[in-house]
This record gives sequence, structure tokens and C-alpha cells, in this order.
Amino acid sequence: MTPKIRVRGLRKAFGAKTVLDGVDLDVMPGTGLVVIGGSGTGKSVLIKSILGLVTPDAGVIEIDGEDVLKVPRPRARALRSQIGMLFQNGALFDSLPVWENVAFGLLAERRIKRAAARAKAIEVLAQVGLAGNVADLRPSELSGGMQKRVALARAIAPEPAIMFFDEPTTGLDPIMGAVIDELIVDCVKRLGSTSIAITHDMASAQRIGDTAAMLYQGRVCWTGPASGLLAASDPVVRQFTHGLAQGPIQMALRR
Amino acid sequence: MKFLLDLVAGIGAAVLGFVALIGELAMFALSGLSHIFRPPYYPRLFARSLMEIGFYSLPVVALTALFTGMVLALQSYTGFSRFNAESAIASVVVLSVTRELGPVLAGLMVSGRAGAAMAAELGTMRVTDQIDALSTLSTEPMKYLVAPRLLAGVIALPLLVVIADILGVMGGYIVATWKLGFNPSTYLVNSFTNLKVEDVSSGLIKAAVFGFVIALMGCFHGYRSKGGAEGVGAATTSAVVTASILILALDYALTQVLFIK
Repeated sequence: MTPKIRVRGLRKAFGAKTVLDGVDLDVMPGTGLVVIGGSGTGKSVLIKSILGLVTPDAGVIEIDGEDVLKVPRPRARALRSQIGMLFQNGALFDSLPVWENVAFGLLAERRIKRAAARAKAIEVLAQVGLAGNVADLRPSELSGGMQKRVALARAIAPEPAIMFFDEPTTGLDPIMGAVIDELIVDCVKRLGSTSIAITHDMASAQRIGDTAAMLYQGRVCWTGPASGLLAASDPVVRQFTHGLAQGPIQMALRR
Repeated sequence: MKFLLDLVAGIGAAVLGFVALIGELAMFALSGLSHIFRPPYYPRLFARSLMEIGFYSLPVVALTALFTGMVLALQSYTGFSRFNAESAIASVVVLSVTRELGPVLAGLMVSGRAGAAMAAELGTMRVTDQIDALSTLSTEPMKYLVAPRLLAGVIALPLLVVIADILGVMGGYIVATWKLGFNPSTYLVNSFTNLKVEDVSSGLIKAAVFGFVIALMGCFHGYRSKGGAEGVGAATTSAVVTASILILALDYALTQVLFIK
């Protein structure tokens, strides 16, 4: 079976600092991959490269078997338009009311009437547990958890075949984090989407991922089932998932 | 020797950086311009930009023009009366306002108000990932954020300058007739006898160019800002400073092109 997303030999450096140094990944259709790794190991650069927000120096990024770095721009745009993204801080458009944020992709893509888009937005807001009375509020009037839900609603509204989640539970309390994870799993399953999530939160990683990959020194150093993250014997993974001060990662920092 | 090498390397790096910046700005401007003419169009955003650049700048531009016209009449009187040339005051006020002061002062005021706001808004959108979010929602940020502002700048500033011209001349008229004792009808006749269409149209051409420069600088610096609140602040300052300098430099260049035959 062709992977929904296939990454080979992905490299990216910013000046003298090499962030990605030959990343290889496969994400099969309908499965969820969780990418873990320390701060600055290139997790965000990896998904931004797939999204086309960062141009890699070398490598292959295939979506549905087509290399988005080689196909003509309109085709690459079409392939990437399948991707819905939940940004770490929500990245809601603060100049627009909540419903326009949620319906933004629908209005941009399908050119549906504004009245229909508003109705659809309220329907999607309900799917993430928000009442219709938030539709006309501004994002700044919402709590952090509600903003995250609105951001999730915006990401799922166009019913994307692929979803990316950038640290979806960062800044939320554990209960709200669990609620957001539940919503993510529910949305991904309902849409049958393929997903990639990056997170530092081990509980979240186990809840939303089928498989997990650890990024270390610009490469994927370990892959396995997300449910086995805490039991992994790999010393790098073990140190990271258990938050140990001593281990190979600390040694690398000291060098 | 090492000091000299370091000095030359520093100068070289600065020159290369400047040339790269000019290239980046040119590409940004061309991309923004090309998106104005290619669908999809965003009329609501264009209307919003027109309001922000034009309508909301009206009070500050109007007051600036009115007081400038008043001061100009007063200053001209004190100077020209030494040569018994008071009758030229009306022409001096109307030509100065329409050719130079209207577009330049409106440009500087709008740069400080709307240009800064543009840079701050786009800068904040950049550092909070909102511009990246646009890309992931099938929307080209240059088309959505930059093109409507560029177009609005080109259209709004000439409209503001028409109002600034009227108010500037009115300011001169008020001072000349109420304070300096000029005959109202004679002052008006003197004002418009020597005024030609080119005097007004050249000011409007300048205004359109200045409007483009203000929007371009606001968008360019905001769009490429980085580093959180500090970066947004720096982008806002750069937008106002570069737009102001370019307005003054282009004013000279355009005057050279439009009036020196």
C-alpha cells in the first residue's frame, strides 16, 4: 500500500545549524503518527516542510505517491490542500469573528455563500463542543481551551484527508488537554483522516497516535507503537519519555 | 591589517545585505502588484483597507492641511510684504498646497497612522502564525493581505489629497481675508487665475505613488517581521521611517519628471 505521506532524506539547515539531517518517515492512510523530540529538534520544521511553509534543502516529500517538491506548483498546492493544520497557539484570525474563522477554508475553497458558511461553521462548532452563541464572538473573547476548540473546528471544517497537530495540548490544563485529545481522535476517526501530531506531552502522544517517531539530532532515531512509548528500551526515547536528567540527550547538550 | 580587513568585510556585508533587501522588496512589490490583477479578488478586504487608509486618516490630514495653509499665508505675507508682493500670496498658497504640501504632508501623516498600523497588524499575524494559517486554508497571503492594501493605498491617498488641497487653500483664504485684510473675491480670483490642471494632477499623481509606497512599506516590513513583540515594534518603526524617507526622495524625483521639461 502507498503511504499517504512518505518522507525520504529530508534535510534543512538554517545557516550553520542543521535542523533536519535526513529524515525518513512513512504515514499509512488512516493512521496517526506522533512525532516526539526535544525543543529545537526540528519537529515543527518537519511539518512546515510538508505543508510548504518551509523549503527543504534536499529530500523527497510524497503525498499520495507524488513528490510535492518536484511536481508543478499548482499540483503541489492541490496535494497540500488536503492538509488541515491545528497550530500550537491556535493562530486564529483575530480580526474575524469565530464563525468566519471556522468557515474560512470553506469560503476560500468552495466559494459557498456566507449564510451557508455561517450555518456550517455553527454545525462544526457543535462537533467540538461549542455552542452557537460563540459564533459571533472574537477569538480574544474566548478562553485558551475554547480557542483551541475553535482552531480545531477551523482545521476540520473543510474535512481534510490529512491533519497536522502542532503541540495540541500545550498551555492547557490536564483535563482540557484530555478533552482536546478526545476531540482530535473523534474528528480524525470520523473523517478517516491520516494525521501527524507533534507533542512533548507523553499522555497526549499515547492518546492521539497509533505510531510514534522520535526525532533526535536531525533524524528519526526510533519508531514504534505510540502505546509502547513509555516501555521503549531505546536509551534516547527512554530518557525523553521519562524526563530523565541523565542520558544521551543530556550528554549531547553538554558537548 | 586585521582591522582593515574587518572593516572592508563589514562594509561588504552591509552592501550585500542592502542589495539583497532591495531585491527582496522588488520581488515583494511585483508579487503584490500581480495579485491585484489575478482572481480571486477580496472586495470586502479592499473596502476595509480603503476605510482604514482613507476615511480614518481624514481628520489628521484635514487638520494638517488646514493649518499648513493658514501658516503658509501668514509666513508668505510677512516675507512678501518686504517686497510689496502681497498680491502673490494667493498664488503661492494654492500652488504650494496643490503641488507639494498637500501630497507630501498627507503622505507623511498617512504613513505615520495607516502605514504603522499595517506593519503592526501584519507583523502580529506573522509572529502568531496567522499568515502561515492562511496558506494552510487555501489562501495566498500576498493576495489576501497585501494586494488589497496596495490598491487601497493607491486610490485612498489621491482622494485624501483632493480634500487636503481644498482645506489647505481654505486655510490660506481664512487667514488672508480675516487676519490680513485681503478682499475675499480678489483673493479667490488670484488663487485660481494662475492655477493649472497640471498643478492639481501632478499632486494627485504624487499622491498615488506615495499611497503605494506607504502600503508597500507597511506590508513589506510587517510581512517579514520576526521575533515576537520586539520584532513587530521594529517592523512598525521601519515601515514609517522608510516610507517617510521614500516619500521625500520620490517627491523630488517626481517633481523633476513632472515639471522640468
